[in-house]
Amino acid sequence: MKNRVAYFGVFIALALIFSYVETLIPIYFGIPGIKLGLANLLTVIILYKRNAKEALLLSIARIVLAGFMFTNLFSIVYSLAGGILSLAVMVFLKKRGTFSVIGVSISGGVMHNMGQLFVAMLVVETYRVGYYFPALLIAGMLTGMLIGVAANEVLKRLKNITI
Amino acid sequence: MKKNDWIIITVVVVVASAFFGMHFLGSERGNGVVEVQVDGKVYGRYSLAKEREIEINDTNRLEIKNGTARIIWADCPDQVCVHHKEISRNGESIICLPNKVVISIVGDEDAALDAVVN
Repeated sequence: MKNRVAYFGVFIALALIFSYVETLIPIYFGIPGIKLGLANLLTVIILYKRNAKEALLLSIARIVLAGFMFTNLFSIVYSLAGGILSLAVMVFLKKRGTFSVIGVSISGGVMHNMGQLFVAMLVVETYRVGYYFPALLIAGMLTGMLIGVAANEVLKRLKNITI
Repeated sequence: MKKNDWIIITVVVVVASAFFGMHFLGSERGNGVVEVQVDGKVYGRYSLAKEREIEINDTNRLEIKNGTARIIWADCPDQVCVHHKEISRNGESIICLPNKVVISIVGDEDAALDAVVN
């Protein structure tokens, strides 16, 4: 389709708006790094409606742009590690075909947090970051589930539309 | 949702519960020593018994009060460590990623290696 670039621009803009909306909600759960990850809704939808390559491109463009606009350089590194690991796992599970959108999204959410935790371990050079491991597992699962349910509903309604 | 989705959920919950369980069973309130690490190196060890405030490299301020430790000030923009709840159990930590500062409660074995600054 020749409108590819225009479509892609719209998706990135939408993902950025999601990222921005999230920075407006200051929620602290007592431990760092827990947030809904609304922008990942776009990643999941693009992964299903288009392909892994476009989902990856969207993910990276969104993380870098949102990082420069709303947060700092540190968060870009963490988000990239989380985003890429999460997408890799989602692509793998989607290919296997034995998981629904929700299951794929849950794994993505969990792996997003694991990737960030791994980078945090490298940066701080301590295994003590592992203290956050169980909390991040549960948080990743819950946010992944919410995103998965939302993506599932959107995909149902987009069934007859090619994007 | 498919059957495999539930398997993922179950695995995640079981693994997380196992770690939570290990954390709470294996860590009663220890002898109360806070270890401060900056960039992977030990900056200092402090007893939780004495109330005090500690400046860490002019980037973070640690407060020890009522047998718990927390960060009351940081120079970074996100303030994640400042919002972190106070810690007192062995193995609990507060981490400031921008300044590479790790505050953790260490057990007796760890603490025995060095003298405690009182």
